Amino acid sequence: MQYLFYFFAAISIISALMVVSARSPINSVIALIVCFLSIAGHYILLNAQFLAVVHIIVYTGAIMVLFLFVIMLLNLNQRTEPQKKLMTRIAAVVAGGAFLLTLLGATRQGLQIAAVNPEDASVGLVGHVGMALFKDYLLPFEVSSVLFLSAMVGAMMLGKKEKATA
Amino acid sequence: METFNSVIRQVPLEHYLILSFFLFSIGLAGVLFRRNTIIILMCLELMFNSVNLLLTAFSAHHNDPGGQVFVFFIMLVAAAEVTVGLAILVMMKRNVDSVDINQLNRLKW
Repeated sequence: MQYLFYFFAAISIISALMVVSARSPINSVIALIVCFLSIAGHYILLNAQFLAVVHIIVYTGAIMVLFLFVIMLLNLNQRTEPQKKLMTRIAAVVAGGAFLLTLLGATRQGLQIAAVNPEDASVGLVGHVGMALFKDYLLPFEVSSVLFLSAMVGAMMLGKKEKATA
Repeated sequence: METFNSVIRQVPLEHYLILSFFLFSIGLAGVLFRRNTIIILMCLELMFNSVNLLLTAFSAHHNDPGGQVFVFFIMLVAAAEVTVGLAILVMMKRNVDSVDINQLNRLKW
């Protein structure tokens, strides 16, 4: 169990580093898919089965295919890849590392966590999450469908070819 | 079935914290590191996912399904965001024939 966690954690971090450092956008997308699959493994380890399945369907199935599709549509490859200057890259790595150190230092003392609810093995299962979703969070759920509709209309408006009015 | 939660607790919550801090920092460094807009969007997804993982870990350790509902909503918003972001990217490629974020430097000031 713990070994599986450390195994998945190592895969997540290594593939996340590959997303940032890969030269070609296609390699970045594939590394990100690996990272998302390992995060789905973490969800299963946490007994969040509903989230694991939704994560694979939404992220790995829909979003990453969309990314791949756009990269192939625009014909991006290593040749067309814009590169930053070395100084900017060093600054980026230093900034990320400083942020990481800040976060780690802030939680160095550890956490005192007490469970708010009694032990329940079915917290992450579909029935339990669905009850919470449709009882306590019904209004946000309905509003999010309006958000999706507006996102769809926005994407179609943006993607439409403009007339050459200049 | 009470052994189920003790199995989950074999990995302390601090380790999930550290893992998601690493993922978030890598995503943040990636946003600063790369100039390709599509990879910047992907690093944003990475940051979203680190937060999702942390919310799920807290939810599982607290026995509270509310956190997992939040993760569900974050996934919805991320999907909408990616749709619009990629549409903007396609439009940018069509108008300035590049995916370099520095082409949009007039947004800076």
